[in-house]
Amino acid sequence: MAELSAWESLPVAGVVRPIGAPRTNTGGWRTGEKPAVDVSLCVNCLLCWLYCPDSAVTLSGETFTGFDLDYCKGCGICADVCPVAAIEMVPE
Amino acid sequence: MKDVKLLTGGEAVAHAMRQVDPDVVPVYPITPQTPIIQTFAKLVADGKASTEIVNVESEHSAMSAAIGAALAGGRTMTATSSQGLALMAEVVYIAASMRAPIVMALGNRALSGPINIHCDHSDSMLIRDSGVVQLFAENAQEAYDLTVMAPRIAEDPRVLLPVLVCLDGFTITHSAEPVSLLPDDEVSRFVGPYSTPSAVLDTEHPTTQGPFAMPDYYFELRRQQAAALEAALDVLEEVAAEFELLSGRRVGALEAYRLGDATHAIVALGSTAGTVKDVVDELREEHEAAGLLKVVSFRPFPSAAIAAALEGCASVAVLDRADSPGGTPALHAELAAALYGSDVELAGHVYGLGGRELHPPDVREIFSGAAAPYVGLRGERCPA
Repeated sequence: MAELSAWESLPVAGVVRPIGAPRTNTGGWRTGEKPAVDVSLCVNCLLCWLYCPDSAVTLSGETFTGFDLDYCKGCGICADVCPVAAIEMVPE
Repeated sequence: MKDVKLLTGGEAVAHAMRQVDPDVVPVYPITPQTPIIQTFAKLVADGKASTEIVNVESEHSAMSAAIGAALAGGRTMTATSSQGLALMAEVVYIAASMRAPIVMALGNRALSGPINIHCDHSDSMLIRDSGVVQLFAENAQEAYDLTVMAPRIAEDPRVLLPVLVCLDGFTITHSAEPVSLLPDDEVSRFVGPYSTPSAVLDTEHPTTQGPFAMPDYYFELRRQQAAALEAALDVLEEVAAEFELLSGRRVGALEAYRLGDATHAIVALGSTAGTVKDVVDELREEHEAAGLLKVVSFRPFPSAAIAAALEGCASVAVLDRADSPGGTPALHAELAAALYGSDVELAGHVYGLGGRELHPPDVREIFSGAAAPYVGLRGERCPA
């Protein structure tokens, strides 16, 4: 565990700045299932990107590319909203 | 030329607000604070100030909006009383913890119940430990002066805390007195531009404000907040000295009135200090060595300066305008701690709850040592 700071050296009001904060891979909380996509079916409607509560759908410009499993919690909303059933929840 | 106007304390605060011209004032009306926001709202409507007044639905929302505005980068003021402060209390603690330099006028009024609209200090004492600065005015002039000084104290980088200017409900808020106003441009220069160390709307430099703090950091952040409140004592005196150069009036943490050679002293907050001064003058005519120590800054509490000021006194009576059922009232407890180990004989009295008047003969009785612990209360005398 990192050494804890003394009160005198804490930022005013405990304001947290992103600089130096370790990247927190909250995808580690995911249990059970993760999304898998059949890109040949995808119509690039971006509903999954719009609905994902963790902004874990990745794009290249405006084109769907996949999922960022560092943040995906496996909720399955993307699979549910996909109009062409291109996304399927699969076991880890 | 001096601009002297006949103003109530509430109007005097509103004129100070007009001159400070805060960016945002989220506020909810409540007696006896209402004349402050009523007067100020009219001044804004008449184009005398450019403030955005936010008509919120409660005091809880008023303070919540004030935090947002202050941290977003706007100079922010508000006002409340009694139940309004009670409803706001949860958010007052958060404002202090988020180090939001909000200035708030508090028209002191008794807390319910029974429901009452008149003055005592139970509302102030409710948030005694919230971490905010609390400055008590003696009259309308001091309410004006402290409201002009307050943004400088609140926004000082060593402080960054809410500052409450406390003025006794009705006695000060609704009583008209001649009040000397500074020129508008001098107040503008005195308060200067507003800045906040990390504005929440600065999307180029995102921050998390008001973070969750677990047992590993909560204690340290509370200590940091306490240190800021302690630092406010020096800042108050610096700002008071600068304000004195401008106005010729000095409102610091304490006022010692005929105290130098006094053997018997009274310690009090707020408008009662004015009554005590009159009695001190009478007693001095009668060759009694009486004096007053008026506490302006209740938080931070200037313990060391108080102990030094009362060193030569044989007896000191502390007047609390809020009771602490089952315990020691706040000002009395502070004095007992400040004078611990000294030879000064200390007596505590509770008076004036719910607007009960304190008359000069009561003050004479307190000076003589003959007053009961509850001054002005009907019924049997409490055992000493």
